[in-house]
Amino acid sequence: MTDYKISAKGVQVYYGDNHAIKDVNVDIEDKTVTAFIGPSGCGKSTFLRTLNRMNDTIDICRVEGDILIDGEDIYDPAVDPVQLRAKVGMVFQKPNPFPKSIYDNVAYGPKIHGLARNKAELDEIVEKSLRKAAIWDEAKDRLNAPGTGLSGGQQQRLCIARAIATAPEVLLMDEPCSALDPIATAQVEELIDELRQSFSVVIVTHSMQQAARVSQKTAFFHLGNLVEYGETDKIFTNPEDSRTESYISGRIG
Amino acid sequence: MTDLSSTEPATHRSLKVADARTKKRNAAEKRFRAYGIVAIAIGGLFLLALTYNILKAGLPAFTQYVVELEVTLTQDEFDAAESQMLKTAAYTDIFIGNFEANLEERGVEVPYDGDAIERLLGKVGGDIRSYYRENLDDIGQPVTFQLQTSSRVEGYFKGRVNRDTIVDSRFLMGSDLDIVDALRDAGVLTSRFNWAFVTGTDSGVDNPGGAGIGASAIGSFFMMLVVLFLSLPIGVAASIYLEEFAPKNRLTDLVEVNISNLAAVPSIVFGILGLSVFIQFAHLPQSAPLVGGLVLTLMTLPTIIISTRASLKSVPPSIRDAALGIGASKMQSVFHHVLPLAMPGILTGTIIGLAQALGETAPLLLIGMVGFVAREYPDGVVSGFMDPNSAMPAQIYTWAARADVGFYEKAWGGIIILLIFLLLMNALAIFLRKKFERRW
Ligand SMILES: Nc1ncnc2c1ncn2[C@@H]1O[C@H](COP(=O)(O)OP(=O)(O)OP(=O)(O)O)[C@@H](O)[C@H]1O
Ligand SMILES: [Mg+2]
Repeated sequence: MTDYKISAKGVQVYYGDNHAIKDVNVDIEDKTVTAFIGPSGCGKSTFLRTLNRMNDTIDICRVEGDILIDGEDIYDPAVDPVQLRAKVGMVFQKPNPFPKSIYDNVAYGPKIHGLARNKAELDEIVEKSLRKAAIWDEAKDRLNAPGTGLSGGQQQRLCIARAIATAPEVLLMDEPCSALDPIATAQVEELIDELRQSFSVVIVTHSMQQAARVSQKTAFFHLGNLVEYGETDKIFTNPEDSRTESYISGRIG
Repeated sequence: MTDLSSTEPATHRSLKVADARTKKRNAAEKRFRAYGIVAIAIGGLFLLALTYNILKAGLPAFTQYVVELEVTLTQDEFDAAESQMLKTAAYTDIFIGNFEANLEERGVEVPYDGDAIERLLGKVGGDIRSYYRENLDDIGQPVTFQLQTSSRVEGYFKGRVNRDTIVDSRFLMGSDLDIVDALRDAGVLTSRFNWAFVTGTDSGVDNPGGAGIGASAIGSFFMMLVVLFLSLPIGVAASIYLEEFAPKNRLTDLVEVNISNLAAVPSIVFGILGLSVFIQFAHLPQSAPLVGGLVLTLMTLPTIIISTRASLKSVPPSIRDAALGIGASKMQSVFHHVLPLAMPGILTGTIIGLAQALGETAPLLLIGMVGFVAREYPDGVVSGFMDPNSAMPAQIYTWAARADVGFYEKAWGGIIILLIFLLLMNALAIFLRKKFERRW
């Protein structure tokens, strides 16, 4: 059991009366990329947010079931969600840089978690993160310029840099490439592949090609249900469920 | 499938010719703009009329009319005067002697007597005596005295007293006006800026000339200190808790509704509350700026809480998500990211609340901070908070209620000073907002 990085058992999520996630069981392996696909509104983001307890901030949201990370129940009362989120980083669907400088955006996480002992180390973390997120070349001359002054795609890469700067063990990415051009997308995909060496990455995407390119495992959600979960190759070439097949071939969604 | 060809317009119309619908829309827009301009013009007109009236009625309060006279008192004269029974009368005689010599020197010829001098300048003997008793070194030296004219004489210069309508009385005779005119032509009687009004204390009901707003301005200042240092931290802390941390349930809803209601409670109710709680129950001193500050804090808190919550609410939730998502605690997310963004709004709300408190009169009257209490300056910080004092609006109210018309211009002058304070506070608010507002 504990071979899995994340394992979700019987997860139900309700927004008030709206049953958004219905009895989802999924085991996510370490050092793999897992893609969540499915039509809009099927609950991909919702499920992703249960994995680092970002749903706690939504008053009407209620989560049932067990989610274990490294064998520990993250909804246990003894778990501090703040510590959890340092370990499970997140890139949001909409880019949300802080209204601060590019440098401060990236440096904020390492600063509050005490990851750098001095300015030089902090500078190094910032540069490394920006390079990994494929935005260093565009940002290096304007590190003190506001992060919100970047273009939408640049902002998203800045948010990726900010997320990896805190050195999380799991990175949750909610459609990280939806605002990116093909070149930046390729760079981010390269980054995801690189992150896989040490972390597990969960990525929500609407691009079938991207899911096929970057992920080893794929989960297909439909109307709050996890319809099918397995090897990416198998899902895309030989899906078991007819709904999966119709979605992949563009007939539903 | 719909037939695409059927959606094509029947006739092609030029974009350069506005159709009926567009014309109507444009006309409506023009009308709306006209309404707006009219509304602003009316507002501006009222503002102009108000400013003109205030300045016209209030500016005379800043001018003072004095008789300037050089007096040299010898040691012999001093000793002789001090050994007499009616000491001030002796000094008055000395003054008149000097006055006469002075007028002769300038070639002014006008009949006057000691009574006339007293009607014009008050009891000069007493003024001179107290000066020399305090400055014994000046005996034998020439000293220039600036003696303030009585309020009736000031009234003559400011148009309140008229030669045609003057009725002889023990305060002023028609013949005195000849003396006044002669003195002014000779340059003995001059006007100058009335610093005593800006820095002075309140005077007796029969002496409008000596009334100043300085002491009550100090009272207002100490009160504002209390309000600022209580309502800002309490208000901001309460808002942050309610907005960011408190669970959304019946209890917090109730608190919220009550805060909104408190903001609409008439200020005099807070005055009664302050009287019964702070003075009758807690036995704090009456008329103390500390108590006034506490009452005004109660009044200002709802304003600050409402505006602070509104500005916290206007910070986009994605910023909070971003901070929480990289493992910041709730408090870090609030203090590092939300609060700086909400700061301009919080400051604006606070200063509006303070400005309201600065202009508040009714609750202060209830706790005894009426104008005539402001008779002396506090002699230290503790005394500034604890000793009886008034506040500017209460002082103005007291002056406006007094019978002597001389106080009328004092009230208007006080309003000018109050408005200057308010303008300064608003300027500070704009400055701080610009400073904290980061446009990115
Ligand atoms: N904050 C919220 N409050 C109430 N309901 C919500 C909230 N967020 C999501 N939902 C509901 O939960 C369901 C799943 O939404 P979710 O955002 O997870 O969809 P998604 O799969 O991420 O869609 P998309 O691909 O468009 O991002 C939807 O029916 C949505 O209306
Ligand atoms: Mg989503």
